Amino acid sequence: MTNNSDQPTEMQADTVVSMQGIVKQFPGVLANDRVTFTLKRGEIHALLGENGAGKSTLMNILTGLYKPDNGMITVQGKRVVFSSPNQAIAHGIGMVHQHFMLVPTQTVTENILLGLNEPRFRLNLSKYNAIVKDLGERMGLPIDPTAHIWQLSVGEQQRVELLKILYRGAEVLILDEPTAVLAPQEIEAFFCTLRKMTSQGKSIIFISHKLNEVLQIADRVTVMRRGRVTAEGVNPTGLSIKDLAKLMVGREITFDVTKEDVTPGEVVLSIEDLVCENDKGLPALRGVNMNIRHGEIVGLAGVAGNGQRELAEVITGLRKSTRGKITIHDRDVTHTDPRNHIRHGISHIPEDRHHTGTAPNLSLTDNVIMKSYTHAPISKGWTINQVAADRYATDLRSAYNILSPTIKTPVRLLSGGNLQRVILAREISTQPALMVAMQPTRGLDVGAIEGVQKLLLLQREAGAGILLVSEELDELLALSDRIYVIFEGRIVGEVMDKDIDRIGFLMCGTSPDKNEAMGEKND
Amino acid sequence: MDAVIILQAGVATGTVLLFATLGGIFSERAGVMQLGIEGMMLLGAMAAFSVTVATGNPWLGLLVAMLAAGLLSQIHAFITITLGADQVVSGLSLTFVGTGIALVFGEQLSKAGVISLIPRYTVPFLSQIPFIGTIFFTDHSVLVYLGYLLVPLASYYIYHTRPGMHLRAVGEQPSAADSLGINVYRTRYIYVFICGLFSGLAGGTISLAISPGWFSELTTSGQGWIAVGLIIFSQWDPTRALVGAYAFGALRRLVLDIQGPTILFGMRNPFYYNPYWGFFLMMLPYAFTIIVLVIGSYSAMRRRLGAPAALGIPYIRGERGV
Repeated sequence: MTNNSDQPTEMQADTVVSMQGIVKQFPGVLANDRVTFTLKRGEIHALLGENGAGKSTLMNILTGLYKPDNGMITVQGKRVVFSSPNQAIAHGIGMVHQHFMLVPTQTVTENILLGLNEPRFRLNLSKYNAIVKDLGERMGLPIDPTAHIWQLSVGEQQRVELLKILYRGAEVLILDEPTAVLAPQEIEAFFCTLRKMTSQGKSIIFISHKLNEVLQIADRVTVMRRGRVTAEGVNPTGLSIKDLAKLMVGREITFDVTKEDVTPGEVVLSIEDLVCENDKGLPALRGVNMNIRHGEIVGLAGVAGNGQRELAEVITGLRKSTRGKITIHDRDVTHTDPRNHIRHGISHIPEDRHHTGTAPNLSLTDNVIMKSYTHAPISKGWTINQVAADRYATDLRSAYNILSPTIKTPVRLLSGGNLQRVILAREISTQPALMVAMQPTRGLDVGAIEGVQKLLLLQREAGAGILLVSEELDELLALSDRIYVIFEGRIVGEVMDKDIDRIGFLMCGTSPDKNEAMGEKND
Repeated sequence: MDAVIILQAGVATGTVLLFATLGGIFSERAGVMQLGIEGMMLLGAMAAFSVTVATGNPWLGLLVAMLAAGLLSQIHAFITITLGADQVVSGLSLTFVGTGIALVFGEQLSKAGVISLIPRYTVPFLSQIPFIGTIFFTDHSVLVYLGYLLVPLASYYIYHTRPGMHLRAVGEQPSAADSLGINVYRTRYIYVFICGLFSGLAGGTISLAISPGWFSELTTSGQGWIAVGLIIFSQWDPTRALVGAYAFGALRRLVLDIQGPTILFGMRNPFYYNPYWGFFLMMLPYAFTIIVLVIGSYSAMRRRLGAPAALGIPYIRGERGV
């Protein structure tokens, strides 16, 4: 802890932002119900809450994207009314969104200068490169200003986002789920950077639902649930993860995943020397070997963009490999279409729920029958037996506890957790031999995560082999029987004993133990 | 058949393609696809010719041509930017509309007779350089020299100025540009308009300088479509556009000249003895355009060519795209 902000007796003058009695009504939802929030100078204030709790709405009001229906905002003691993000930034309030807003084909400096009035016409990049480099070094965010965004790692891109708002003179930084894209070691370094910034007088609002991180970094915590504040500006010292979770969800949450003992069966999937390219035509996988047996969850750890997505796509038949072999139950399925993969019992929980996982404008029924429409009872010769389809959808809706008004509701109207349950319902109901689950809990709230994890464990007990790709190490450790680590398209190690430090090292491409044969070990 | 003469003519005819391609590059860099260039060019050619017939001032003709095509382009802008409709459909319709208007208003123009044209000019000293001097600096329309100027200017503008940087951002990642207060809609309107101006200029260049006169739809004879292919071929870069445009200009001239001699490379010239073979040669630029368009519409290839990531995608605030 660096400075003053732990003291409960703060002076009013130290308040940078104060939001009083904020009310925001959306059609059918009271997103913010008389919310009060204060931010003090030099503190890291965590804003905690499930999806849909109203955190984003509150921050969008603070950054000028939404206008509150009621309530008052003061910045540095002066009352303000923002009608655009530009006005908010002019008052020193800047936000880093969870999804980065960067132009991949432009350089770091160009991205930082976008939308500003300086330079007027001629870019004169060399001058601004120097300024950006200097700002980065001062703030503990070193970066090569001439690099193009597409060349940068996700962590470096985050630095650019931070520099973007710091360059604009932000005193208040709102960070939306900033650690979601970082490896464990990067998170440590990132927290140091945040501390460095607060020691220079910046104030930070840290939006998160990762409870352990909140306890680690926050000076104060505000918890929201269903549009209301359930704990305002409390000091997290002395609070436990369970306390915070209860404030967030409103009930007790069990964090201990109970895993039945399952003895893994025969090999369901084996991959030999798999090579493929990414969308840009660059090598994404460079010789992957792995196998998955019945009744085990195999985790795939790695920093985003090291070939996880391509691997999942090749296994499910969505992407062509350029070399190597994929066998399911000793049958070669390399270079066959996705339908053949489905026929061999592969199911897929894709990363992108909205575009790959579902057809957003189609109804719940249409989405859940997407795999089973080809055979009876839903298929009836050339036509679809709508009665059977509706019955099927109704059954799944109650079995998987999908909250939707009717089975005719377009799935784009469902929340993230419900949408994921639609996908799980469809994929599990085909009784898969192998499930490829990409980030199955990403962006879901604590309650929904619990449900999804339980379903995966049930599938394991039912004898399915599961490849779990996740960037949440805690989740991988809790669910997986063993973990492969992927780095730059190669499996650089297999970890059986849940050694988190070793996984962290491997994820960064450094071997903790040089003597070990990397990538070749198979069980 | 003289290579220098073919290349000289290539630079002249290529100027038309160059103007149209440059306009398309601006529009597509902002993320709006332009399949309406042919229609805007024909409208420009008609307007330029008709105003020159009426006033005797070809410069005024050129100005009206640019404004007319610029005005027409705003239909496309409204449909695709404000209404968010499909850019391919709207662009194709724009060609039909432009062609239609041009043909109706140009009905009597082919009987107009001799008019004054954009003046020609030979650059002193530079024209004395062997080959280069003849090809680039001898007896060219002033508009050809304008082409030489516009390419480096466009290149500088796109890569080294603030508005150029905003232009690229809007075409690559409109949501990022929007989040930083750049008005994506206004930017796109402006560059679609600029594309209209350039297309009108290209049309006027045909009817007042390169192949003067009004020959209904044969005035442009599909050069707008070749420009559409050249936009992709140039990878949205003005300098490459220059190379491509002049090469195609030269090809157009070569097709005419190759039918002259009886002996070609020591053999009987098939193009002389069988005139139908010439038609296949004339087809080449259009066949090339089709191939480039097919390749360019294959998304993986497009990314590799460096197409603006948001090209063809209407921007709607609040929807995460691209």
